[in-house]
Amino acid sequence: MTAFKSLAKAMAKGLVRDKTTLFFSFLFPLMFLVVFGLLFRDAGMDKIKLGAYGDGEVVVALERTGAVEVQRFDKLDDGVAKVRAGDLPGLVEVNGDRVVLHFAASNQAQAGTVQGLVSGVTQSLNVRASGRPPKFDFTAQQVEDSSLKPIQYLTPGILSWSIAVGAVFSAGMTLVTWRRKQVLRRLRLAPVSPVTVLSSRVLVTVTVAVSQALLFTGVASLPVFGLRLSGTWYLAIPIFLLGVLAFFSIGMLVGAFCKTEEAATAAANIVTLPMAFLSGTFFPIDMAPSWLRAVSKVFPLRHMNDGLTDVMVRGKGVEALLVPCGVLLGFILVVSFIATRVFSWEDS
Amino acid sequence: MTSTGAGAAAIVVDDIRKSYGDLKAVDGVSFTVGHGEFFGILGPNGAGKTTALEIMEGLREPDSGSVRLLGESPFPRKPALLPRIGVQLQASAFFDRLTAREQLETFSALYGVGAGRVDEMLELVGLTEKAGTREDKLSGGQRQRLSIACALAHDPDVVFLDEPTAALDPQARRNLWDVLRVIRERGKTIVYTTHYLDEAEILCDRVAIMDQGRVLAMDTPTALVRGLDAPTRITLERGTLTAADAAGLPGADEVGEDEQSLVLTTRTPAPLLAALAERGTLDGLQVRTATLEDVFLQLTGREYRA
Repeated sequence: MTAFKSLAKAMAKGLVRDKTTLFFSFLFPLMFLVVFGLLFRDAGMDKIKLGAYGDGEVVVALERTGAVEVQRFDKLDDGVAKVRAGDLPGLVEVNGDRVVLHFAASNQAQAGTVQGLVSGVTQSLNVRASGRPPKFDFTAQQVEDSSLKPIQYLTPGILSWSIAVGAVFSAGMTLVTWRRKQVLRRLRLAPVSPVTVLSSRVLVTVTVAVSQALLFTGVASLPVFGLRLSGTWYLAIPIFLLGVLAFFSIGMLVGAFCKTEEAATAAANIVTLPMAFLSGTFFPIDMAPSWLRAVSKVFPLRHMNDGLTDVMVRGKGVEALLVPCGVLLGFILVVSFIATRVFSWEDS
Repeated sequence: MTSTGAGAAAIVVDDIRKSYGDLKAVDGVSFTVGHGEFFGILGPNGAGKTTALEIMEGLREPDSGSVRLLGESPFPRKPALLPRIGVQLQASAFFDRLTAREQLETFSALYGVGAGRVDEMLELVGLTEKAGTREDKLSGGQRQRLSIACALAHDPDVVFLDEPTAALDPQARRNLWDVLRVIRERGKTIVYTTHYLDEAEILCDRVAIMDQGRVLAMDTPTALVRGLDAPTRITLERGTLTAADAAGLPGADEVGEDEQSLVLTTRTPAPLLAALAERGTLDGLQVRTATLEDVFLQLTGREYRA
């Protein structure tokens, strides 16, 4: 077996036997995905409830709009009492051709919506009953908007975050542990080139990242979460690989700087935690104030996240690769360069 | 055993010096190690043993002086030279969470050697039973032996061992001595550091005693002790002989007495022991000749502390 293969195998075995790392690389992010995925699943989808007394075309038409959830009452007083208690924004009383809307003025926005809806439905029924063609033609057309269902931004967010954390920690820790345990010195005394050692470590990190990607997108695609990948998801591959390398090089820098595992853990946390919160991992960064959005642009995680979201779920094309790939590549070059300057084989 | 001829020497160290700030870690050390020789560098902690070893291995560049390792300068790193040397480091340089066998397989692969010798190496260091045990679950002595096996996996000509017996219990140390003897029988050149003088006396063909960055003495352990011209001390149980009688025995130079014993000092032990045997006082008798510790005391004027 070649030195490259056997080093990669040794590191892979060490990793698979390390329960803590496995937990933080796979189960921990998966927990976030599941919890947030379920928590936000129905966000923004709450229908307005509307009480109804009596029956007829208007009630049926209201039900067909799909915009309201109609709750029927046998007694008018029961329904009106619910409106008065604030449990319902309104109640439609249909008595033959008479349509009366009882509404509570306390919730102006919902009351307005309910009034508009009921009067709209009633008017269109009136037009139809008159037998004349409507003068104004009205059609509603849905626009592909930039707001996404939570799972659509959660998946690329948690994926890039877990890859970032995994790569920074594993690269940094390997370097520090190997230096402290004199494995680095031992490797230096063996006829194996530093490039071989480094590339075998990269291979292991990339393999872990690919497994994370498969696991998280797989789970998010389950019907209960309902992730839908766009047709251009494969464009995520270059962003993904550059992202892994960018965080790997940050890990190398951490490992080059720190002499103990404790220091490396702290440094890795200092690097990854602010990035995780400010790069749109757990909530869309568009919701943040503008200065925070500007700050977040310095983080490679933000660009990886944006890039992955654009091609994985927004269906953007090749042009969406330009900025994230450029930024990540720049990060890789600059950070690796600094890491090689700071790096030392020995403690002293 | 020693030869200064270039062809016969495995390692030639010529007046190497290395300072860290004001500290002269190695301060003008020279010696030659022949092929197949078991060479020990002894001295207390901080004597400069490890730095000297690191310079020989090519890990550090000396401030001045030179090293020829198998005819080449080991610094800067020479990948062609590395397969011919095997190194065991002070710390346990192992890969995380791998078994003894996996460590050996990985180290073999680093040298482009197949796993064919792995079983033999495990057998050599007595770890066949522990092949499937993870390195972090091994005892200190087992870990040291595995570390030596890893240094030998690619069948090097020269082996460097840095304090392989440090921090081991007496039994584990003796087990390791057996391993070291077997390696020597295989014709390897061994350079090893230790702070146990008794151990070096038993194992080494030649020793260099170092203190404060310098070599104080270098020879075979026997020659060093003989050169000391130290008297032999014979200890008897108190009461077997009176001090006055003892002083009259042939060869008895000095007589001392304490609560438990009577101590005779002599430079001619043979007639004295014969005379003691005639008197039937050999029961409980102890003979102590000088050791490397006495050599160290003589050289430095202070007690040896490991």
